[in-house]
Amino acid sequence: MTQEVDNSRRRMLTTVTSGVGLVGAGAMAVPFVASMAPSARAKAAGAPVEVDISTLKEGRMLTVEWRGKPVWIIRRTQKMLDDLAQIRDRLADPDSTVLDQQPTYAHNEYRSIRPEILIVLGVCTHLGCAPTEKFATGAASGISDDWVGGFFCPCHGSAFDFAGRVFRNVPAPTNLVVPPHSFLSENRILVGVDQEETA
Amino acid sequence: MKNLIKIAVLSLLPVLAMASGGGNEGLDPVDINLADKSSLQRGAKTFVNYCLSCHSAAYMRYERMGTDLGINKQLLRENLMLATEKPGDTMTVTMSEDGAKKWFGVVPPDLSLTARSKGPDWIYTYLRSFYWDKSSPTGWNNTLFPNVAMPHVLYRLQGYREAEFEGTAGGIQHFAGYVEKTPGQMSNEEYDAAMRDLTNFMVYLAEPAKLVRYKIGVWVMIFMGVLILLTYATKKEYWRDVH
Amino acid sequence: MARLMEWVDERFPATKVWEEHVSKYYTPKNFNFWYYFGSLLMLVMVLQIVTGIVLTMHYKPDADLAFASVEYIMRDVPAGWFIRYLHSVGASMLFLAIYLHMFRAMLYGSYKGPRELIWILGMILYIAMMAEAFFGYLLPWGNMSYWGAQVIISLFGAIPVVGEGLAEWIRGDFVVSDATLNRFFAFHVILLPLLLALLVYLHIVALHKTGSNNPDGVEIKKQKDDKGVPLDGIPFHPYYTVKDIFGAAVFMAIFLAIVFFAPELSGWFLEKDNFEPANILQTPPDIVPLWYLTPYYSILRAVTFEWLPGGAKLWGVMAMGLAIVLFFFLPWLDRSKVKSIRYRGWMYKFMLGLFAVTFVVLGYLGTKNPGHIDLIWFKNVVWAQIGMVIYFAFFLLMPIYTRLDRTKPEPDRLTG
Repeated sequence: MTQEVDNSRRRMLTTVTSGVGLVGAGAMAVPFVASMAPSARAKAAGAPVEVDISTLKEGRMLTVEWRGKPVWIIRRTQKMLDDLAQIRDRLADPDSTVLDQQPTYAHNEYRSIRPEILIVLGVCTHLGCAPTEKFATGAASGISDDWVGGFFCPCHGSAFDFAGRVFRNVPAPTNLVVPPHSFLSENRILVGVDQEETA
Repeated sequence: MKNLIKIAVLSLLPVLAMASGGGNEGLDPVDINLADKSSLQRGAKTFVNYCLSCHSAAYMRYERMGTDLGINKQLLRENLMLATEKPGDTMTVTMSEDGAKKWFGVVPPDLSLTARSKGPDWIYTYLRSFYWDKSSPTGWNNTLFPNVAMPHVLYRLQGYREAEFEGTAGGIQHFAGYVEKTPGQMSNEEYDAAMRDLTNFMVYLAEPAKLVRYKIGVWVMIFMGVLILLTYATKKEYWRDVH
Repeated sequence: MARLMEWVDERFPATKVWEEHVSKYYTPKNFNFWYYFGSLLMLVMVLQIVTGIVLTMHYKPDADLAFASVEYIMRDVPAGWFIRYLHSVGASMLFLAIYLHMFRAMLYGSYKGPRELIWILGMILYIAMMAEAFFGYLLPWGNMSYWGAQVIISLFGAIPVVGEGLAEWIRGDFVVSDATLNRFFAFHVILLPLLLALLVYLHIVALHKTGSNNPDGVEIKKQKDDKGVPLDGIPFHPYYTVKDIFGAAVFMAIFLAIVFFAPELSGWFLEKDNFEPANILQTPPDIVPLWYLTPYYSILRAVTFEWLPGGAKLWGVMAMGLAIVLFFFLPWLDRSKVKSIRYRGWMYKFMLGLFAVTFVVLGYLGTKNPGHIDLIWFKNVVWAQIGMVIYFAFFLLMPIYTRLDRTKPEPDRLTG
């Protein structure tokens, strides 16, 4: 073996070839990573859901499925709306400062586009259980004497008010998620598409 | 050594050149061009209006077809889909399987992959081989697919025609030619062009990835060319120690 | 960094393994074109495993869902078509590399002592690969998948007495069915990959014990310098790593060209009839396995002599089995004093050349209808019978012609 090795040329070639090779390997990895993302079928199944709320009465709730998750649509009464301001001091995040939990158009005191219509995902922000509706108030609710109505998660006792806001001293860390949604007309809601997009 | 490689390569070449299971005898060749978007769109329209009433294309989604062929959502909804269908739905059939069995004796096959299993030339020839045959239950027959269960759904376009056969000594009938009876809405040339569009669409339908496959492939080949040059230069550089 | 390696080395022989098998593993310096395929086989095998894992995430081993789930991969899964084509083309590329790798061993006598075990392990690997490919081919549940499996499993029915029962046991049903598909899936994704990984490991352990053969067929370990380094040896790393990487780049370019521009390769890599779902009532016009199994399929069909005791079918199956098994005995059938074809006489050169051509021709005939004429003069079946005779003559006459052959003296050192 001869020992006259041009080391700089060798190092340069090795670096460039390794670099280009790594780019190739990286590009090759892209389809493999991409293949695990939701498929066209999953996306079709998770397509926006259109809901007609013309038959939804005041103080009642309607549940639809969107992307495999329950979406609650509640037509709140005036009393429910009034109570929201009253219980501020018992809530963990009354002003919805965690911005990821609702779209900007629902970032207001009612957490909704139209005050009376609340749309939230029925998935507890603690560990993903399904909270149950506890619309009865006071002792009749079986929760506490000063319960003003809302949702209660049976798994670990998290509680939410009629704007999906979480109470203090419960395991759930944040308010319930308001999914992207928009009004197609007075009584038709499209869950899954943001308000701005359709406007 | 070099000779041995040459012999090995040369002995493989004729084998590779001969496609297995060719069997294209008697088929009219069709010119397939997936870059021709308007041809694909016309083919899609014919397919939805005529084929999709009985045949499904259950692996294809309307939305994908719209995006790939450049058909906007509104047009897709109004012209190509049923009112009850969502864009993400696959192209299923309205007719029930039991009904199909009753009317045709068989369930019409799904057409998603026909262009890959039968080949485009077969489809093109088949669609242009129907003739009026009173003895057949549907009133139609096909020279490529004798006693086919499918009626000629495109007869309004092509018109009525009959086939003439010549008997030979062995009693075997040979197809001699078609005789035009009533002209359709299209001339022969127009009908052939429409069938070419339909076949073109069915080639796309059988493998939608074909639209991107070649495009990505070109870039991959350029990259591999660069990589080959670099790895070769690196190899040469290191092997100067040895030689 | 050095301290970390020290820490590791006290607990795991990382540096020792690296030096023994890579940086101070001395390999003959005269490897040529034919020596790329070993590393390429490892590359394709890794690729098959990785693409296979992704396909398994989306595939459904259920007779009602399998065909649709493959189309789901081809259309709905992001980049699914690319991964599926990599896997289907990869199977063919793997066999292409295997055949060239085996031919290399026959050119340079790599199976001869002391490397008999490498050869035998390699042959077991080859058979396991054929089984892996056969099981995998059923999974798309196309019509050719279905009838191919039906035909091959029926071969077991030719075995006297237990045959029919054995075939039923393999299928788990009276015909190929959902039960068959499910178990083939288990074999394809668990049993054989584990077995193959083990065999590859053993194949390489055995190789590194004896060291590589080379185009001169000379043992480089016989001539060492005072430090014990073979005079004609160079460390595997960096010299053969950079060389193999170059080979891998060229191979991948060909591989990817097929994936992007001709994944069906005119029916050679993906058959037309397999784009129709399995249909119990309708056989494809010609049932043909994929090209890498067709040389043996040709031999199977070439035995048409009904006068044989027990019937032609049984003898066909035995001839096919023998055609594969004979490879195992090459180290002992070959009586030549030299390893490499460079120092052999004309007889071995002629026989090996004839055998290679015969193998390719038999492979071609296996894809054709035996009753047709695709070559000249005779029907395909007659050519297959002639091919079969040459095939067996190559092996069975080997002890004679390799001994008679006039060899040239082997040099002491590599010739370059």
